[in-house]
Amino acid sequence: MRIGIDVGGTNTDAVLMDGQSVLAAVKTATTRDVTSGINTALAELKRQRAFDPLAVNAVMIGTTHFINALVEADRLAPTAAVRLGLPATASLPPMVDWPERLVDAIAGRAYLCHGGHEFDGRHIAELREDEILRVAEELHRHEIRSVAISSVFSPVNAEFEQRAADILTGQLPAIAVSLSSEIGRMGLLERENATIINASLRELATQIVDGLSQSLEGAGISAPLYLSQNDGTLMDVDFARRYPVATFASGPTNSMRGAAFLSGVESCAVVDVGGTTSDIGVLQHGFPREATTEVSVAGIRTNFRMPDVLSLGIGGGSRIRGDGTVTVGPDSVGYRLADEALVFGGATLTATDVAVAAGRAVIGDPGLVKELDRSLVRAALDRIAREIGDAIERIRTSPEPLPVVAVGGGSILLPDEIGDSGPVHRPEHFAVANAIGAAIAQIGGEVDRIFPVEPGQRQAVLDDAKQEAVDKAIASGAKPGSVRVVEVDEVPLAYLPGNATRIRVKAVGDLQLEAGRG
Amino acid sequence: MSYTLEIHDLADLARGAALLGTGGGGDPYIGRLLVEQALRDGPGTITVLDPAELGDDDVVIPTAQMGAPTVMVEKIPRGDEAVAALRALEGHLGRRADATMPIECGGINSMIPLLVAARTGLPVVDADGMGRAFPELQMETFSVYGVPGSPLAIGGENGETVVIDTGADNKRLEWLARGIAIRLGGVAHIAEYAMSGADVKRTAVPNTLSLGLRIGRALRTAREEHRDPVAALADTMSGTLYDKVRVLFRGKVVDVERRTVAGFARGSATLAAFEGDGRLELVFQNENLVARVDGEIRCVVPDLICVLEADSGEPITTEGLRYGQRAVVVGISTPDLMRSPEALAVFGPHAFDLDVEFQPVEDLVSL
Repeated sequence: MRIGIDVGGTNTDAVLMDGQSVLAAVKTATTRDVTSGINTALAELKRQRAFDPLAVNAVMIGTTHFINALVEADRLAPTAAVRLGLPATASLPPMVDWPERLVDAIAGRAYLCHGGHEFDGRHIAELREDEILRVAEELHRHEIRSVAISSVFSPVNAEFEQRAADILTGQLPAIAVSLSSEIGRMGLLERENATIINASLRELATQIVDGLSQSLEGAGISAPLYLSQNDGTLMDVDFARRYPVATFASGPTNSMRGAAFLSGVESCAVVDVGGTTSDIGVLQHGFPREATTEVSVAGIRTNFRMPDVLSLGIGGGSRIRGDGTVTVGPDSVGYRLADEALVFGGATLTATDVAVAAGRAVIGDPGLVKELDRSLVRAALDRIAREIGDAIERIRTSPEPLPVVAVGGGSILLPDEIGDSGPVHRPEHFAVANAIGAAIAQIGGEVDRIFPVEPGQRQAVLDDAKQEAVDKAIASGAKPGSVRVVEVDEVPLAYLPGNATRIRVKAVGDLQLEAGRG
Repeated sequence: MSYTLEIHDLADLARGAALLGTGGGGDPYIGRLLVEQALRDGPGTITVLDPAELGDDDVVIPTAQMGAPTVMVEKIPRGDEAVAALRALEGHLGRRADATMPIECGGINSMIPLLVAARTGLPVVDADGMGRAFPELQMETFSVYGVPGSPLAIGGENGETVVIDTGADNKRLEWLARGIAIRLGGVAHIAEYAMSGADVKRTAVPNTLSLGLRIGRALRTAREEHRDPVAALADTMSGTLYDKVRVLFRGKVVDVERRTVAGFARGSATLAAFEGDGRLELVFQNENLVARVDGEIRCVVPDLICVLEADSGEPITTEGLRYGQRAVVVGISTPDLMRSPEALAVFGPHAFDLDVEFQPVEDLVSL
């Protein structure tokens, strides 16, 4: 048995699953200290379905805690950034494009040292131990407890980041070190930004992970704890302590994966219609397609592995206007829906009202909208269907029709069929899709580097890259026979010799559940 | 008239330069940050000089970057490489530059001369040698009208400089310089096509920095005011050397195919019309080269083929083309300077091995 828990800003949801079946599902309020909310959720689960804590093999938790801490600039540790790249890169030092407020919140200090690699693995400059030792003295003097290390082309070769980390920890054994090569992809500033953010969250990560472990222990559960990552795979608690930033987008990822699991389709578009917006993402073989562009988080450019989600200003509370052309949103009555919508006796025409008037759902008092102009109702619903349909068109990557899975309270706005996608899937229990997404998560391994591909060698290079990804997944705890390659992306690079090609491979497999845990 | 470029102009300029880059020219983010940072750190301001204000004997040394845009996002420059290249060329020529100038319009190469200007105090001439973006160094109006690229100086981040002189052979210059760029890690900062003020007035495409700035501003304000970006673009171009703007197609990207041939990103994209069943096929090599609608040619290099996001008017680069994007494809006439037989021999369709004859966009598509 597994337990999946989703700690959102408002709700903490939990599910108890055995294989593919959901044995119990609960929704409770999130608490400021997180752990008491989890304790409540575990107790509720047990009340719904008595289980032996020792029969639980694994607990998977998805949390928005860390991204919220960044957005609120709250509880961030004093952090230093050390970049290895001199004499190159001096023009744009670390944190160059950050909002002032966040640099202040982490008391950010930046150090530039020699080092770094060229795209083909040559050294830009040798690492200088004396420079790193001087940085160590500075960190000590300023009482900095967490440091981010980045190096040019470290996705190609991470040796300098490793060596700098060894030198720093040799001097400052207690310092927390975050390496950019472990976190991001190509794009020095974006990867470095993600690493600095990670470093600033390290102390919070220790507190949270310890708290979560204690909650489980308190409930008598001795199974290993995992946290969900942005890409829908799991990390163990040791990794979570070191790389909290990898949880940033786990919320939407878990929600999409949970929805797909519930509806039984592996490749689909997931439309999550809330009160104000609709978020549309694509799952390929059960995993969200990731954004290829930079993502700004709290005003900082990063290249996190975030799901590619398109947001439209259409939700259950969207205002409908009918003078001339009928418009839907983007403004919404939001959480005041229960006061302002016509079906609740309010005075504002909302998307929910037209859905009720068309008989798609019974909400509030349908009698209050039965006098609505039929052509207005039809025009508004047509417009919603068209805009969502266009967004699905835009987000899919091939002309092949993609099944649509609709979740969220506002999904009553959607018609039964959209475009050429066939019938819209509407899974039950979507309210706890996030927690289910956490519970079904797998273990992943990824390779993302520039490879020289000599003529005739393409297949051999690809095979090597795939094997490396598979090995990484197994090393992270995947069951060997279950690992499969789910994504291969080749981008030939312009203006470079030897057909330099950036190859990205992702492999995932089932979590190796430890039998001895009973 | 000369004027001062401010930090807040840079985002608009980058957007407009990306449009004139006609699908290529690189990602403007790092280039823009470099200029912003140089303006913040130093006392420098950037003076933009109309070519008409140049004295005939003034020395103008253009600066630029060549190489792989994908390297630039990882190995950020030290910041003074292009200045070092400029100084090396000055030393070689035994003359000081009175101004620098772009060789190209594009996300990166419109910015490098501004970086040099911010760091040295030299003014930037409001002109360039491509009037758009092209993939190779010899594809310049400068070279078409008799200004050699040689001598060319390259600056690297270790303070090293290399001067290459191939006489009148600009193709060999390009080949040697690219070899050194690879030794330097895939990107090189260069100073080349040193020329007199008289040569600038004779061979450069004038006022393209200002045009980029005006285009960027027009697209932004059109979006802010919910106006049609294409109409705003046509208004901006009217009365300039690029005054014929034609909408070639409105539709959705339904296919993108890319491959690398001899170090260049070649490929094609297909768009399907929003209404009806028309199709536009776009052939590109870093930049957009030919647009055909239902098999009929509608716009050919060196005329500009610009792909804009349909709603926002934001230019889409060839690297950024994705299935599902909704786009407007616009053809824009290039200045006469770029359509002469001599110019077409250097950067017309045959220079890209295309079996197509150049025809002006205004003859191919009526208003």
